[in-house]
Amino acid sequence: MRRVLLWAPFVFFASLFAVFASGLLNPVDRSVPSGLVGRSVPAFELPGMLDPAQPVSAASLATGKPKILNVFASWCVPCVQEAPALMQLQSRDVEIIGIAIHDRPDALRKFLSENGNPYAAIGDDANSRTQIAFGSAGVPETFVVDGKGVVRYQHIGIVKPNDVAIIMAKLKEAQ
Amino acid sequence: MIAEAGHAALWFAGAMALLQFALGALGLTDRYQSLRGSAAPVAVVQMVLTCLSFLCLIIVFMRSDMSVLLVATNSHSDKPWLYKFAGTWGNHEGSMLLWVTILAIGGATVALFERALDVRTKTATLAAQGAIALGFYAFLLFSSNPFARIDPAPANGQGLNPLLQDPGLAFHPPTLYMGYVGMSVAFSFAVGALVTRDVGPTFARAMRPWILGAWIFLTIGITAGSYWAYYELGWGGWWFWDPVENASLMPWLAATALLHSVTVLATRDSLRAWTIMLSVVAFSMSMIGTFLVRSGILTSVHSFAVDPRRGGFILMLLALYIGGALALFALRINTVREGNRFEAISREGSLVFNNLLLSIILVIVLIGTLYPLALEATTGTKISVGAPYFNSTAGPVTLVLLIGMAAGPLMRWRFDQAKKVAERLALPALALALAALLLAAFAGPIGILPLLGLVVAAGVAAASIAPLWKRNLRRTPLFTWGMVIAHLGCAVSMAGMAADSAFTKEALVAMQIGQTQQIGPYSVTLNKVTEEPGPNWSALDAEMIVRKGDDAPFTVHPQSRTFTDPPMETNESAITTAWNGQLYLVIGIPKDNAGFPVRFYWKPFVTLIWIGGIFIALGGLLSLFGRVNRDLFSIRRLFGKKVAAS
Repeated sequence: MRRVLLWAPFVFFASLFAVFASGLLNPVDRSVPSGLVGRSVPAFELPGMLDPAQPVSAASLATGKPKILNVFASWCVPCVQEAPALMQLQSRDVEIIGIAIHDRPDALRKFLSENGNPYAAIGDDANSRTQIAFGSAGVPETFVVDGKGVVRYQHIGIVKPNDVAIIMAKLKEAQ
Repeated sequence: MIAEAGHAALWFAGAMALLQFALGALGLTDRYQSLRGSAAPVAVVQMVLTCLSFLCLIIVFMRSDMSVLLVATNSHSDKPWLYKFAGTWGNHEGSMLLWVTILAIGGATVALFERALDVRTKTATLAAQGAIALGFYAFLLFSSNPFARIDPAPANGQGLNPLLQDPGLAFHPPTLYMGYVGMSVAFSFAVGALVTRDVGPTFARAMRPWILGAWIFLTIGITAGSYWAYYELGWGGWWFWDPVENASLMPWLAATALLHSVTVLATRDSLRAWTIMLSVVAFSMSMIGTFLVRSGILTSVHSFAVDPRRGGFILMLLALYIGGALALFALRINTVREGNRFEAISREGSLVFNNLLLSIILVIVLIGTLYPLALEATTGTKISVGAPYFNSTAGPVTLVLLIGMAAGPLMRWRFDQAKKVAERLALPALALALAALLLAAFAGPIGILPLLGLVVAAGVAAASIAPLWKRNLRRTPLFTWGMVIAHLGCAVSMAGMAADSAFTKEALVAMQIGQTQQIGPYSVTLNKVTEEPGPNWSALDAEMIVRKGDDAPFTVHPQSRTFTDPPMETNESAITTAWNGQLYLVIGIPKDNAGFPVRFYWKPFVTLIWIGGIFIALGGLLSLFGRVNRDLFSIRRLFGKKVAAS
């Protein structure tokens, strides 16, 4: 028994190598497209994270005007990097609805004071249920939703400054 | 020509590493016993050649020789000289060359100065060190040649990432590397001891200065890196649980555990297998850290050139070295004699407790760092693991670890009575209770973890000085002082972390010229904003006047810099340090005449985090000095003999 146990560290590291190797072999395409593109947003209703009077629901996405839905979190480091691009979108009169994952109001306020607040409203998705319903696998992730509440485009990962033009074009298509 | 010379020196150094490995391995056999002494001079020659190669790379960077590909892609002739110099290791190839240079220096130092160790174990150690170096030379020469030419040569270079154009870069990577690579010596010692089955107090005493030295550099590197991120990134945070930060934290955790277990081995001849295992793990963590940074398989703010082929090469090296060492461990450790036993309530017992908790934290950080990768590899799901996970798991364990740290040094070796230990802990417990009362009375509402952090820090600070109690301070050995100061540093650092998360005040305001903002005890007025040209950037420079009560007002200048090569914006935060904290101001580029966005932070006692780090490193230094004093003495005697002989 003891002899077998002595090999445990070896086996543990061997499994680490397997993980590393698979990470190396499939590095490029990291996107998992949501099956939701072209379909209506799932029914959901989230309490407002900062303002209880401002809940976020499926209905608040289908108001006739195309919008952006941004899934993010204050603890997510890449979300800091995409903040400038979101601010840029907001400055072009794009309405951005945020869904904060596993977050707390005080941490979120701190995040917004540091990185700017591009959001018209932020829903509190404490257990990721809504995120999963959207077919979003991680943070950050961004959806373009048209005026009828149909998902038209999904962007996985950070919105970089040069993605702004693409998203503006998708918003125009969604008119 | 210089580049070719450097390239040639690197090839020769690689050949020397091969020779060192071969001579060492042969020397271990009975037939070629006479070769035993010859690995050591080869290690010295290898070191000289590698240093020469690194020097050549520094020269081509200083001369901005754009016909060298690495210089063209990472430097620019307009850069200040310090960044040309530090730019040598601000890129993948250069930093790998620095890595092998330090590796070779480590090997040569063992060859020259290690004389307490049995000659067979020393030979095996040098062979192992040669094998490690050989792999990294191959990596440099075959997939990351720093001296490759570019033809035709461009008129000027692409510049260095502006975030790296900071004096911090000149010091942060080399110190971390000395720590990482210093662990390679401990690793080689462990492999050597496994080969010769010579694990005992002599071996532990020979290995300990190396662990201490590497650990000191890691501590300094992590502390400096944390402060650098704090002032350079302009987010007001000092630790982001970024994968690359974690990659430096994991070897530190393993090295800290090793430092304590090797003391048990040296003093009491216990924990033999465990110490060997930790030596292997500590360097493995260093190599895994390097791999994670270089292969680009994790998303991080530290991005080096991502190249899967390079990642594959390092992964093969990892498999070879770590796999080899662990297999050797599994095959050999049963044949190493078991060490002494001890009671649970004893100094040894507390050190085992310390090792267990450090290992738990190490596993927590390892899981948090690699879980996203493992999940994606197995299910294709992508997630991000952030601060909430690390803080809520590693935080409480760290608090328990600190409490153990308070009690450990107050226990006797071999056997102690719980009641007596409790008596010795009475005063620290009082300090802890007092801190709790004071905080409850004056501090207002604080989160539970920061509150516990502050309270525990007070108790641990008192307990860490307790070993000096009733002692003649002038006769107290240096390593006892080292322990006291390092433990005190942990308490100080913990107090800083807790104070920062409990009491920080912050505000983001779009300011007009002349507007005043209150933050903590300060009121800050935006006086004027001007354009300031720099050597390779232009800056928006804000002049802000800071007043506090009736004190004389003073002026600070936060800047938002726009670099031209490569185009990028960075924030130069203005940080004012007072005895009780830091005022941290960051200015951004204004948008649509809405005023200048200024971020204000008042961070009470945040500086304690890094002061604590310096204490920890200083404690290590004192210990190291206390321990090697004896050895230095014997070296002096050796050189004296040589002079007499000639």
